[in-house]
Amino acid sequence: MITIIDYGLGNIRAFVNVYERLNIQTKIARSADDISKATKLILPGVGAFDHAMTLLNQSGMLRELEKQVLQNGVPVLGICVGMQILAKSSEEGVLPGLGWFDGHVRRFDTFKLPLRTRLPHMGWNTIRPVKDHSLLMGLNQESRFYFLHSYYFDCSNHNEILATTEYGVDFACAVNKNNIFGVQFHPEKSHSNGIRILLNFSKI
Amino acid sequence: MLYPRIIPCLLVHKKGLYKTVKFKDHKYVGDPINAVKIFNEKEVDELIVLDIDASTHGYEPDYKMIENLAVECRMPLCYGGGIKTRAQAERIFSLGVEKIALSSAAVENFGVVSEIAGRVGNQSVVVVMDVKVTGSDGKYEIYTHNGSKPAGKNPVDFAIAMEKAGAGEIVVNSIDRDGVMKGYDLDLIQQIWEVISVPMTVLGGAGSLEDIGAVIKRHGIIGAAAGSLFVFKGKFRAVLISYPNRAEKERLFNKMYCQNGL
Repeated sequence: MITIIDYGLGNIRAFVNVYERLNIQTKIARSADDISKATKLILPGVGAFDHAMTLLNQSGMLRELEKQVLQNGVPVLGICVGMQILAKSSEEGVLPGLGWFDGHVRRFDTFKLPLRTRLPHMGWNTIRPVKDHSLLMGLNQESRFYFLHSYYFDCSNHNEILATTEYGVDFACAVNKNNIFGVQFHPEKSHSNGIRILLNFSKI
Repeated sequence: MLYPRIIPCLLVHKKGLYKTVKFKDHKYVGDPINAVKIFNEKEVDELIVLDIDASTHGYEPDYKMIENLAVECRMPLCYGGGIKTRAQAERIFSLGVEKIALSSAAVENFGVVSEIAGRVGNQSVVVVMDVKVTGSDGKYEIYTHNGSKPAGKNPVDFAIAMEKAGAGEIVVNSIDRDGVMKGYDLDLIQQIWEVISVPMTVLGGAGSLEDIGAVIKRHGIIGAAAGSLFVFKGKFRAVLISYPNRAEKERLFNKMYCQNGL
């Protein structure tokens, strides 16, 4: 059973659809009670950092989410801005993040980007696994995923990085610390490679 | 490495999918959901769906249809048509759409672009410019309401203004080339390309994969969108949905190395 957190952001239904096709049950969490019963959590997200934090703070689910993830070790996967809010802060906003990772979200430095590349980082890019982990199992080298963002996760502890992507800088596109996972790309919109990641997460 | 995006663009009219020529002569090409299912199987990079009735007739976006499309799409979806306010945009995002496209609303009120981008981030806000050559001097001008209403704006200045306002992507759509299938308007594309620093997608004119290849060769990482190319087959324009396979795409992408050395 995968519990998808509905705090008003992100494509909840896309995750439900992927898991339906995989014959894996899902539940959409809209209350602390839903979170307390979860055995695996997805924290989706599309949009701006502060907007995401505001909605999560107002959702009434945050305290229970922290309890389940930090005390009870329930695996959680943050997606896109859902990954970014796992950091301590972001250059995109003023609100503090969840701080589950030691890291900060930074804007791509356009001066470092090669000629003819633009922001947002939009489209299909390759990811390079830097660690063997079951989340990335079964992917080919140079697997492509869909990205849509202007800020990236600058992870302070490099041993928490699972994979990187290059866009002017090499940035962490997948991170892991204990039971906490984050991916910058959108597995729910990345065809077969994305489905593979979501399937892998269900087995963790 | 980031790749160019090759994007089918579908037009919704009277609840069906239609394809136009120069924004006229609507030809029925099928059911939207069925088309999305086929594009899923073909693993398309992205999909643009534009409701061409909504703004023209002052309709609200068809939320039920948008939800059905978003549920079906296994690729990123950009929806446009009838969006005038932040509240409408937020409702559409909540249905599972990754990007929303603004056209006449952006022409009428720059502020709405900033307002939506401020809330959802500029990566999800697309501005579509429908551009037509006017007069004998070949000047470009932006039109709204399905190409019927001149906006009195030139696309270069407007694109700059839209990027400033918070657009994260500009779609340049040539009305003159729409459905003609003889190639993109490369001059128009060049003019806009030079002045903006957000991603750009071009639409209008693609008649073959070579036309897409020509744009990629010139500009590298760009979005190349097409309608007719992906829904018609042969000179009698029989309806048949197609999309380049992985090998065909790689061949097109290889073109960008020769010019740009990326």
